[in-house]
Amino acid sequence: MTEETNPRVGSPLTRVRHAVGGLGDTLRDRWADAPRWQRWLVYVLLLALAIAAPSPLIGSFMSPYTDWTSLLFNPIGIYILLAIGLNIVVGHAGLLDLGYVAFFAIGAYTLAYLGIKHGFAFWPTLILGMAFASISGVILGAPTLRLRGDYLAIVTLGFGEIVRITAVNTDAIGGARGLTPVPHPPSVFGVEFTLDPLPYYYLVLAMIVLAIVFSLRLERSRVGRAWTAIREDEDAAELMGVPTFKFKLLAFAIGALIGGLAGVVWSGKVIFIAPTNFPFILSATILAAVLLGGAGNIPGIVVGAFLIAWLPERFRGFADYRILVFGAALVIMMALRPQGLLPSRRRSAEIAEHTGSSMGAEVADPRAAPVEVPK
Amino acid sequence: MLNDFIQQFGPSTVGGLVAGSIYALVALGYTMVYGVLRLINFAHSEIFMIGTFATLFVLSLIGLPGPLTGLALVGMIVLLLVAAMAVSGGAAVLLEIIAYRPLRKRNAPRLAALISAIGASVFLQEFFALVVIPDVFHKPGRIDAAVPRLVDRDTVFTIFGADIKTDQLVIFVAAVVMMVVLDQLVARTRIGRGIRATAQDPEAAVLMGVNIDTIVRLTFLLGGAMAGVAGVLYAMEFENISYKIGFVLGIKAFTAAVLGGIGNIRGALVGGIALGLVENWGAIFFGSQWKDVIAFVILVVVLLFRPTGILGESLQQARA
Amino acid sequence: MTGPETTQPAVPDPGQPPALELDNVVMRFGGVVALREVNLRVEQGQIAALIGPNGAGKTTVFNVVTGVCRPTEGAVRFLGQRIDGVKRFKIVKQGVARTFQNIRLFANMSALENVMVGVDAHHRTGAVGAALGLPWHRHEEKQGRAKAAELLDFVGISHRLTEGASNLPYGDQRRLEIARALATDPKLLLLDEPAAGMNPAEKRSLQELIRRIRDSGRTVLLIEHDMGLVMDISDRITVLDFGQKISEGLPREVRADPRVIEAYLGAPADAS
Repeated sequence: MTEETNPRVGSPLTRVRHAVGGLGDTLRDRWADAPRWQRWLVYVLLLALAIAAPSPLIGSFMSPYTDWTSLLFNPIGIYILLAIGLNIVVGHAGLLDLGYVAFFAIGAYTLAYLGIKHGFAFWPTLILGMAFASISGVILGAPTLRLRGDYLAIVTLGFGEIVRITAVNTDAIGGARGLTPVPHPPSVFGVEFTLDPLPYYYLVLAMIVLAIVFSLRLERSRVGRAWTAIREDEDAAELMGVPTFKFKLLAFAIGALIGGLAGVVWSGKVIFIAPTNFPFILSATILAAVLLGGAGNIPGIVVGAFLIAWLPERFRGFADYRILVFGAALVIMMALRPQGLLPSRRRSAEIAEHTGSSMGAEVADPRAAPVEVPK
Repeated sequence: MLNDFIQQFGPSTVGGLVAGSIYALVALGYTMVYGVLRLINFAHSEIFMIGTFATLFVLSLIGLPGPLTGLALVGMIVLLLVAAMAVSGGAAVLLEIIAYRPLRKRNAPRLAALISAIGASVFLQEFFALVVIPDVFHKPGRIDAAVPRLVDRDTVFTIFGADIKTDQLVIFVAAVVMMVVLDQLVARTRIGRGIRATAQDPEAAVLMGVNIDTIVRLTFLLGGAMAGVAGVLYAMEFENISYKIGFVLGIKAFTAAVLGGIGNIRGALVGGIALGLVENWGAIFFGSQWKDVIAFVILVVVLLFRPTGILGESLQQARA
Repeated sequence: MTGPETTQPAVPDPGQPPALELDNVVMRFGGVVALREVNLRVEQGQIAALIGPNGAGKTTVFNVVTGVCRPTEGAVRFLGQRIDGVKRFKIVKQGVARTFQNIRLFANMSALENVMVGVDAHHRTGAVGAALGLPWHRHEEKQGRAKAAELLDFVGISHRLTEGASNLPYGDQRRLEIARALATDPKLLLLDEPAAGMNPAEKRSLQELIRRIRDSGRTVLLIEHDMGLVMDISDRITVLDFGQKISEGLPREVRADPRVIEAYLGAPADAS
């Protein structure tokens, strides 16, 4: 069923593919070899760029049709935050989640419901929203993480749909009509959160920075090592004392936490939420952002999420066709460069060698292990 | 509550058998492709959707004066089935060539195929909404399209207090006939043996002279054709189709395939019927708006407690 | 083949529980019986060997001990405690570690990182500590790194610290696997064909290493096909054939046992 592909031979298409890949790899290698001060300089510059981003000058080019700052908040900022969260599940732990939108929804509904019906304030509800989302992640994961294979993907998809359908059917949280008016965050340091998108942008930016810091810290710790070991060889990891189930569940919980965070922050601005805000296509979109950038690699997914959020808005003329293009792009991207634009070195190697988690798509048997496992 | 259940049991069961037949037909496509390629063909739901629109197209082309009966009905149904099977089967083969074959040839990880499948699914939905429905059918792309009535809703006979209507009978019979045909095809013909051999052990199959590419294409063709049949029956029964009807039905059909035993053709039949029944009976207790949730819950429960499904993994043992 | 003097076989201390005990273990997979009522006993501080023709069930014994499969019948005891039915990672935490017949390193991690995964088995700080960068977590990381480097040194591959595990030469990969297993601080170390593919010099080196491991207070059970190494290093040998124990005892006893000879050669031994 297979053919060896000789990278030297090839249609122009193959050569383009390798050229793009080469560029990505060079960038990445340069970065890995750069001394610490250089890296910090880049971080500071990027942060400065992000803070200066809402300027009208940049906006006139980047977004001729809508308010640029508003766009920076949603979908750009929100997609980036969601992608960082999903990256923990998909990129670090190697688990395919097709229902990530559920956690976003739970966060959003937590603020909407508690804020509107019970007058909760924003900040405590933020914590609650994250907690609910995280608990849902654990509830979803506990029975299903034993499944490897594409089955985990479908089950998570089902979960996403269950959450959405439950929202539609439950009148207490608005049913199909949704909830409104979702309360805004209270003013911080004298800055009011009303209709101006700017404070919201800085809020989501702060959250993104925090999420990135936490994500990187985890990656470099025993937690990240455990996730990598699980991705590489789950059985061997278990036999080296890694409680694999616990760590997979942890990945789910943390990913869900960030999803919930994004949900609360988002609903704090938009005033009106409804089940139609949480379709499967959003899960697929965030997944595409993670994969496009190269799963497991923060700069990659930030770029990926940015592109996926911004391109359809920038080229509004094609707005109607954007989902069509999105679908075609997924097919094409998988055919040409399944490891994404800027995959980590490890990830590239994993894909080339078919080691590492193919996020379960390899294993035929839906059961966790082919031998008897003591319960 | 129990009273409700008893009263509604009959019609609910009949409804369940009808829905179940449709699930079973679509499940066949999932189960066959998974058996041969270990791939969840996410875009199979759109192959089904294409079948429903093929039906609408033929009906619009011919222009129904009104519901048909007797020989005319049978003739029309046969025509629709042939058309839909051709269109859906062809679309499935095209899908394989464009979205999956390049990945197979490059030995890409199977995740890539799943993502590609999602992309193809999304693409096909939008393609229909933006191009096909407006240009071919001259209707707004995102609005449900009505299908003219083909079969009467007269009661043919009554059994255990439940009325069996013409349309329900037609659907059930057509579904069973097609499934038996497919089953026999796989069990008795050379083509079928090739499919089963490939599902069991592709390397050995190659050594026996089997052309894997042909088998794969055939598998998609047959699965797609069955989805086309399902499309005809669905259009006939529910008389309302749109570009996105594939999504939920696809997941349910996949659930049915898993429920019956993935890779197992007879399992698809059993799983489909079982799912249709449980869904409808459940709706009596919980209300029909929860039907979809019931299906998803079944999926999770089956995968947790009996991942091999009701009939277990097939004649083609799943490779571990 | 002749090496330094074998150290005295460890004298079993009647007061101490055996490091490992298999008690009438039967292992069935569907229709296949892989182990038939196997009784095995390894005393603390011993270097014991498990030998037998291919397919005799030796790796299955390892799988049963490490929790990869649950025995169909019988009990497995580690230091007197039942471990059959216990979760795999818990068995490791209790002090049983292993290497694999087909090396199973984490290919895309460095040698150091591989060993650190083993060290992590006893790492106490959780995700919260890691995410927040708490001082205790950083301390444990540093300690872990140091311990891993120390272990790489112990097995003799400290020059390979930062190299990707898959880039190491074969012999070093085997040592790395041993280092990783040692990192979990096991009281019982199971080595599955550690000398496979090694040249004589490497094998001598390996023997040294195994002795040093035992001398550091651990018990070693190894599966090996190299009879010279086995005879040289083992305090006690158990022989399996077709899932059954056919002999056990001191190396010289086993070597002379006609049943063992027959199992390997497949024909009755000449009376000689």
